[in-house]
Amino acid sequence: MSGLWTLFYKELLRFWKVGLQTVLSPLMTTLLYLLIFSHVLEAHVQVYPGVGYTAFLIPGLVMMAMLQNAFANSSSSLIQSKMGGSIVFILLPPLAYWQFFVAYVAAAVVRGLVVGLGVGLAGLWFAPMPLAHPLWIMAFTLAGCAMLGAAGIITALWAASYDQMAAVQNFVIMPLTFLSGVFYSIHSLPPFWQALSHYNPFFYLIDGFRFGFFGVSDVSPVLGLSIVGACFLALSLATLALLKSGYKLRN
Amino acid sequence: MIPAIEISGLRKHFGSLHALCGVDLTVEQGEFFALLGPNGAGKTTLINILAGLSRATQGRCKVLGHDVVADYRNSRRVLGVVPQELVYDAFFTVREMLRFQSGYFGLRKNDAWIDELLHKLGLTDKADTYTRLLSGGMKRRVLVAQALVHKPPVIVLDEPTAGVDVELRQNLWAFIRGLNREGHTIVLTTHYLEEAETLCSRIAMLKQGRVIALDTTENLLSAHAATQVRLRLTPNRLPDALRPMLASEEGRDFRLSLQHCAELETVMAALREANINVDDLEVSKPDLEAVFLQIMGEAA
Repeated sequence: MSGLWTLFYKELLRFWKVGLQTVLSPLMTTLLYLLIFSHVLEAHVQVYPGVGYTAFLIPGLVMMAMLQNAFANSSSSLIQSKMGGSIVFILLPPLAYWQFFVAYVAAAVVRGLVVGLGVGLAGLWFAPMPLAHPLWIMAFTLAGCAMLGAAGIITALWAASYDQMAAVQNFVIMPLTFLSGVFYSIHSLPPFWQALSHYNPFFYLIDGFRFGFFGVSDVSPVLGLSIVGACFLALSLATLALLKSGYKLRN
Repeated sequence: MIPAIEISGLRKHFGSLHALCGVDLTVEQGEFFALLGPNGAGKTTLINILAGLSRATQGRCKVLGHDVVADYRNSRRVLGVVPQELVYDAFFTVREMLRFQSGYFGLRKNDAWIDELLHKLGLTDKADTYTRLLSGGMKRRVLVAQALVHKPPVIVLDEPTAGVDVELRQNLWAFIRGLNREGHTIVLTTHYLEEAETLCSRIAMLKQGRVIALDTTENLLSAHAATQVRLRLTPNRLPDALRPMLASEEGRDFRLSLQHCAELETVMAALREANINVDDLEVSKPDLEAVFLQIMGEAA
């Protein structure tokens, strides 16, 4: 287990050493969203009865920041070591493929949690937040970060360049997070887009996470967590299979 | 005794390129073994398969009896590899890198050995420096240290002295020799053939994915390269009796190739008989470079 622990610790230290870029920068960006949208829309929009728009927005932004950062952590670490060649340092030792998976996903979860916690705490300054169901908050947090951590590994394994990596981040992850109900409830969308949103797993993450705060959601949190859990399982099995086969790592 | 490395029927194809075409090779424990060949011969591919960095198309590799695929965790525990590429992780210092590498091998408290490695490789004052800030030679030393953190009984060095200055090269070899004396098996690839000749007791030569020569350094030298004699004569002509020995003419010099040193007496007798004086004479022993070129030429 020492190998797994070391790799996990190394991954933590990697993002912590460049904390300005990996923690403070996303924190800043997310808070700017919060500042602008809450200022513009607070007086005009009320999504759930008794819940102000700023309070509604905060969990969405927290989850969005966590997902994007969990993805960025595993994917950027892996692609950098792949491109720079330092990946050999973890391919030469007797680390099992599942240890590789657990270490990268766990570090992605921690980065997601750190950024999410930062955004959440800063959000309290904008609006008081209820905590209706803390366990649901934890469940969706862990499932979301782990899911995106695994997705980051798959993307970095597949990508043959930084450009391909950025393409997935900008054309897949970013739109999926923005179009998942961070800024709105899908009930405010036309029926077609509302139906389409149900095929976006990120929607269930945001919706379930929000349920943890307000006790109100667009779909049942049980259904949401089941779908997210299934997605996580599928991505994890795919990642493990790729790592076991040595896909683009061991020629 | 279990061989340090056992390779049988090893093939590796990259699409239509056949990098290894059925390599069989055994390296015994405690050997200092050289793997030589021109660029593209398959040396690094072979090392990569041995280290688990690449998967063979066919065949098997074992390190101290552990199959590198079926029993990869044990085979990697007993193997230390210094990669050819000068790679480093920009985020960490030398000591951090060595601690991580120890941890990956399951060693939690390895600081005493890490300090010793740093000392022996002249890295003590660079221990807390980021690896990205080190010179090429220093980065190479860190790679050697990383390969040795788990005290592997089998050590593979893939061109460890490429681009390294003479002083470091000598220090490095003194260190590696010491490890070999302590019982570590060393496998080396290098383009500096005099290094292989001086250090290695046995040599395999690869060409286009095939082992074309495998023998002790001594046997390779005596079997494949003749002693050469350079003569400067007055008058400037070679007796007909010596013509079959003529390897080349360079200006006023005749270069003769002798199968054995004893033939020198025949040469001198022929010159005396023809009334030819020797103005200058130089005998050169065969070196590995000559053997290498000859074997590679024969295999063309």
